[in-house]
Amino acid sequence: MLQSHMKQNLWGYLFIGPFIIGFLAFTIIPIISSLYFSFTSYDLFSPPRWIGLDNFTQMFTEDPRYLHSLKITFIYVFAGVPLRLAFALIVAMLLNTASRAVGLYRTMYYLPSLIGGSVAVAIMWRQIFGDDGIVNLALGFIGIDAVRWFGDPTAALWMLIFLSVWQFGSSMLIFLAGLKSIPQSYYEAASVDGASFFQKFFNITLPMLSPVILFNAIMQTIGAFMTFVPAFIISKGTGGPLDGTLLYSLYLFKQGFEFFHMGYASAMAWIMLIIIAILTSIIFFTSRFWVHYESEGGR
Amino acid sequence: MKSKHIKKLIYHVLVGGFAILLLYPVIWLIMSSFKPSSDIFVTAESLIPNPFVLENYAIGWEGFGDYGFGTFIKNTAVFVAFVLVGHLISCSLIAFGFARLKFVGRNFWFAIMIMTLMLPYEVVMIPQYIIFAELGWLNSLKPLAVPAYFGHPFFIFLLVQFIRTIPRELDEAATIDGCNTFQIYYRVILPLIVPALATTAIFTFYWTWDNLLGPVLYLNSPEKYTVSMALNMFLSNETVSNWGAMFAMSTVSLIPVFVIFFIFQRYVVEGISTSGLKG
Repeated sequence: MLQSHMKQNLWGYLFIGPFIIGFLAFTIIPIISSLYFSFTSYDLFSPPRWIGLDNFTQMFTEDPRYLHSLKITFIYVFAGVPLRLAFALIVAMLLNTASRAVGLYRTMYYLPSLIGGSVAVAIMWRQIFGDDGIVNLALGFIGIDAVRWFGDPTAALWMLIFLSVWQFGSSMLIFLAGLKSIPQSYYEAASVDGASFFQKFFNITLPMLSPVILFNAIMQTIGAFMTFVPAFIISKGTGGPLDGTLLYSLYLFKQGFEFFHMGYASAMAWIMLIIIAILTSIIFFTSRFWVHYESEGGR
Repeated sequence: MKSKHIKKLIYHVLVGGFAILLLYPVIWLIMSSFKPSSDIFVTAESLIPNPFVLENYAIGWEGFGDYGFGTFIKNTAVFVAFVLVGHLISCSLIAFGFARLKFVGRNFWFAIMIMTLMLPYEVVMIPQYIIFAELGWLNSLKPLAVPAYFGHPFFIFLLVQFIRTIPRELDEAATIDGCNTFQIYYRVILPLIVPALATTAIFTFYWTWDNLLGPVLYLNSPEKYTVSMALNMFLSNETVSNWGAMFAMSTVSLIPVFVIFFIFQRYVVEGISTSGLKG
């Protein structure tokens, strides 16, 4: 009996062994080193020098660029993610019909998500928002003055937000699957009782979809915080104009691999981890007030 | 009856029109790649290349320095292949362990795995770089490919969910037939999880093909550049203003993504809808 238990444990650890080894080598050791580096001044060439909390105090008191980067990243996340989820939900509801063209539409709306993370799309985005790009042409067509997207830091940030919202397709697919799992009988019963479209939306659709929305909100928030490629490509690695696209990850990358402030960059990474942990907990703990689980006791 | 038709028409104009509006930039990029470089922004409002030229593709394909674009595609293909094999082997083994085997500490390690799902890469980026530098692995594919052989939390989770839907009776029958644990994995489970493995392979391809940060950190000689890095180089050399070549190679870089999507659409859509993978 004892022997078979041992055998079971051995098999278990044989199979998940690669994960444990990888976790120690590529996650735990780096995390601990990163915490240590965050208290040092380290340029990669001479050994790290312990400076206590200096990196952290410098960030919040002596580095306006850091605070600016933090601020625009918050704007990017809190404007981009809700807009993206809202578009995803609206389009998912529009596509939740029996029309034969839905398959085609679903593919078309998903395509931006499919290619959105690529360098090619970031390059494309850079060109369509250029001074004589098609976005300004379209604005001119409907009578709005051309915007100099690369001349104004706020406009440049919104250009990045639009790129993020443009990729609502993958969330849309998840919402669509969620909508299809809501029993049709609920809507029929509500119709019999004379419920309006909005009543059905707020009393059936939204509560039934809330667990999926919660999951998406968390994952998208984390993902948005780590956005790197579009900011890097669109600003050609500078974060400009006037640091308007200097998202957190880009600034961290520049501190680490352009200025070789490895200690400072590690401290930035830890603050990022803490912010993400706080945001995730907030979304998670407030979820009991707005997430509806089908059966009591959760999933 | 008539109003129903009108409603339908409005729906298709609205939903279809918005879809075309969203895709317009991509269509514009592709069509512009067939215009002479000097025309692209002069005739930006028109989609039809007139004259229709292929010179952008010829120029872009030459790459830069001594290395043609073909070299970058080959490098990226090798990179993708190594990561793909790594993910398929390691994730299926690990997922089988979590989904089917009972051992002390399983729930603990599973929770750890879920937590690493939410860990930002930035936190481990710098120490990993230092570790790989110490190992002498800089300017090689090793730092990018070796970690793939130790699993990836997203795909492990996806496969665990999939394996849980397979009836345990199959494992029990195989045990009675004299299979050991590895044989159950290899002969019973592996053939049944092919659809989930396909999803794993497709998303591994997308994420690796698009990866820019990793190659930017670890590869520094142009003969090892990936497609993403080459496009970034085109952009840095923009002073030449060769829009056409940049657009052409951007289009080339999107072709494999589109082709794989249209062949395996079912797995992509199911993968996203059931597991919440971000695409």
